[in-house]
Amino acid sequence: MKATRLLAASLLAVLLGTAAASAEDAHGSPQPPRVKWSFAGVFGKFDQAQLQRGFQVYKEVCSSCHSMKLVSFRNLAEPGGPDYSAGQVRALAATYQVKDGPNDAGEMFERPGRAADTFPPPFPNDQAAASANGGKAPPDFSVLAKARTFERGFPWFVFDALPFMGYSEQGVDYIHALLNGYEDPSEGKEVPAGTYYNTYYPGHLIAMPKPLSDGQVTYAKNDKGEPVVPETVDQYSRDVAAFMAWAAEPHLEARKALGFRVILFLILLSGLLYYVKKRVWADVGGEVHGLQPELHKTY
Amino acid sequence: MSAHATTYVPKSRLAKWFESRLPIVGLVHSSFVAFPVPRNLNYFWTFGAILIAMLASQIITGVWLAMHYEPSATAAFNSVEHIMRDVNYGWLLRYAHANGASMFFVAVYVHIFRNLYYGSYKAPREVLYILGVIIYLLMMATAFLGYTLPWGQMSFWGATVITNILAAIPVVGDTIQSLLWGGYSVGNPTINRFFSLHYLLPFMIAGVVVLHVWALHVTGQNNPTGIPIKSGKDAVPFTPYATIKDVFATVVFMILFAWFIFYQPNYLGHADNYVPANPAVTPAHIVPEWYFLPFYAILRAVPDKLGGVILMFGAVLILAFAPWLDTSRVRSCNYRPIYRQFFWVFLIVCVVLGWLGAKPPEGGYVLAARICTAYYFAHFLIVMPLVGLFETPKALPGSILESVTGPGKQVSGSGLPTGAAAAPTTKG
Amino acid sequence: MANTAATGDATPHGAEGTRRDFLFLATGAGLAVGAGAVAWPFIASMAPDAATIAAGAPIEVDLAPIQEGQIINVFWRGKLIFVRSRSEKEIKEAQDVKMSELIDPQPDSARVKEGHAKWLVVYGNCTHLGCVPIGHQGQYEGWSCPCHGSLYDTSGRVRRGPAPTNLPVPPYAFQSDTKIRIGEEGGKAAA
Repeated sequence: MKATRLLAASLLAVLLGTAAASAEDAHGSPQPPRVKWSFAGVFGKFDQAQLQRGFQVYKEVCSSCHSMKLVSFRNLAEPGGPDYSAGQVRALAATYQVKDGPNDAGEMFERPGRAADTFPPPFPNDQAAASANGGKAPPDFSVLAKARTFERGFPWFVFDALPFMGYSEQGVDYIHALLNGYEDPSEGKEVPAGTYYNTYYPGHLIAMPKPLSDGQVTYAKNDKGEPVVPETVDQYSRDVAAFMAWAAEPHLEARKALGFRVILFLILLSGLLYYVKKRVWADVGGEVHGLQPELHKTY
Repeated sequence: MSAHATTYVPKSRLAKWFESRLPIVGLVHSSFVAFPVPRNLNYFWTFGAILIAMLASQIITGVWLAMHYEPSATAAFNSVEHIMRDVNYGWLLRYAHANGASMFFVAVYVHIFRNLYYGSYKAPREVLYILGVIIYLLMMATAFLGYTLPWGQMSFWGATVITNILAAIPVVGDTIQSLLWGGYSVGNPTINRFFSLHYLLPFMIAGVVVLHVWALHVTGQNNPTGIPIKSGKDAVPFTPYATIKDVFATVVFMILFAWFIFYQPNYLGHADNYVPANPAVTPAHIVPEWYFLPFYAILRAVPDKLGGVILMFGAVLILAFAPWLDTSRVRSCNYRPIYRQFFWVFLIVCVVLGWLGAKPPEGGYVLAARICTAYYFAHFLIVMPLVGLFETPKALPGSILESVTGPGKQVSGSGLPTGAAAAPTTKG
Repeated sequence: MANTAATGDATPHGAEGTRRDFLFLATGAGLAVGAGAVAWPFIASMAPDAATIAAGAPIEVDLAPIQEGQIINVFWRGKLIFVRSRSEKEIKEAQDVKMSELIDPQPDSARVKEGHAKWLVVYGNCTHLGCVPIGHQGQYEGWSCPCHGSLYDTSGRVRRGPAPTNLPVPPYAFQSDTKIRIGEEGGKAAA
């Protein structure tokens, strides 16, 4: 018996060993650093000021190339988001021109945007986006924070699922890291024209030139005229990544809040059920107090 | 079913009138109320109830999602996002459905390994067991079809890879493939028919589940000792004893389910499936959902297309032959000291295969997958028949009751009269 | 759970039995509350979704191109609305009807905006079972429903059944003499 157990253990060790040995060189990119996000964890909530700053970065910088087709202007005023007022959203939407139609004459026309409209894309279609950007269409922002990730590897991926250790912000961390990952290429690395070296991009050669630089976006000042947060690439990238997390998961706050109540309820209910079960089984477990005749009758 | 023995006696005149025309209340009573349950079942036996709860959850959330989903290559991705963003509680329905599939497989794997450990597949439960294997196959088909529906990158490429697997079947493979595609590649007709089939299969599963439960109630449940119910003292009536235990276990399982829905909704999925399907770009790491990974590892372990496909399907189908491959007459591994060790090795091999299925098919991973694949089949074809012949099992207890209370000790109370306990093995 | 409770009742042992009953009752109530709570998201998901509600924003209709006697169709929230330019004769007919002759008495002045009697704006589905009545037809020259024969006058009021009520007037307001905004009345969005 001991022998078979030993055999199993050694077999497992050999398997994991051979597999792990060949895995080492597969990872070329360093792991993105883990940022402390306000929306992480069981009680996570978005920082509304951060979402507003992130939206500002998107609007002033990213949106010239990246669409956000699944997000509507009205979403900006919905609970659990950047918390703009309905009036602000209407005014913002009206600054965009939206294609509509056909009208009675059968022609498409442009009109000012409404809150119900989605963000108009910077290019009419993917082909136009690709041709204007060196052959590769910039990805849409709507769910990008959920569409990007990086491999955590064993055993971390197991811990990531657990309560108190849970980690589901890989995509946001990757985006933040990527925006800060523009560096000079490592020695001997050729960077072909039209690509740029990025530490965190898989394969390192990214088609997007460094999009952010310090001081590029001017944030609103506080009452005393002082900046609330630094106007640096790191801060911009945190803000825009948080905004993208919201855009990809606009009901995150509602989800986490409801989840807490549901799980608490289920724990209480299962506690009650456990005692009910114990009481019920007490009738037949070990000493039995004359329930048997009743059982005969009932069943 | 009409010959089903029941102790149900209708009380009111209306109930009598109805029962003499359709004895469904008596059927339910004999199957879920008076049905004798071995009194020594542990919590691994609650997974049948958990699976029924998960099937119900999947069907209900699925029907509701179908009210908002659009099965077309152009609209599917956006309609799923529409559900996530605009539909009231749409995010909840969709996350419950997506994670529900995973939880369904968690429960089914516990159920299957419980079966293998306690030898529940052996006579007289072979048909019951094979119906279970059929349910498992239908679940895999349903899960695959469902995973294609959001029409993200993983959906599209999963559909492409799996339909190409079917093309490896000699003679008819190409025909099957083009019938599934409805075109010259995976496209709009494919997603439309996959949606139709995805809606159909769960009801077929429900049908086979009815047969599975029916067969269970003919042979009665196995139990940790593997010995049959011999007297009423070995059993308790299903209600309230099994009912309350099942409800308790199901609610506890729901805590796990809720954790994933609310706090890790995308953990068991793939980030790439949030990228809309693109026939021109294959994602860097294309892997199926976790519950298919062991079979995927087996597929890739073979350097030949047809060979890989045969081995992959063989890995599922070989399960159905377990009742005849296992030569031991003792059911429960609790009394099989040698085979028990092999059971755990087999379980570990399956987990390792799953891990390898998620790794790129190169170097040591391929070698490890080949060793594990060989062991997987050896377990059924060599270990099962041989260990049964050479192993000396431990002494079995005299009865289920004795296993609970210890030998020779008399217990005054018990669950059922002897006659009722004998019923399930003789009546259908 | 009913069976569990019944078993509980089978062995009442004074205080022990009471505590047991309470436990069973609390658990049963918990399960019932849980089941009810689970049902809610399913029901709520069938209500109009956020996009549908947002898309029901007010629309503007330019009246200038509409000829006298002409009826145009517009859609708001997916519902058909008739905008009818009435002739002097039609207006007079609508105004001169005695209230006692009407199935659903309502003066014409209550169905048009003050100073804009020329324009009648009504929902375009028969109040019987929702068919679209045909304009300028029937004895009262308003609308005649092809499905079950309901007749409406030039104010959109029902004059012969089976329709029970007049064609309802949607919320709208004049932006100028030749422009109306449907879906908003007195600056307030429709509920």
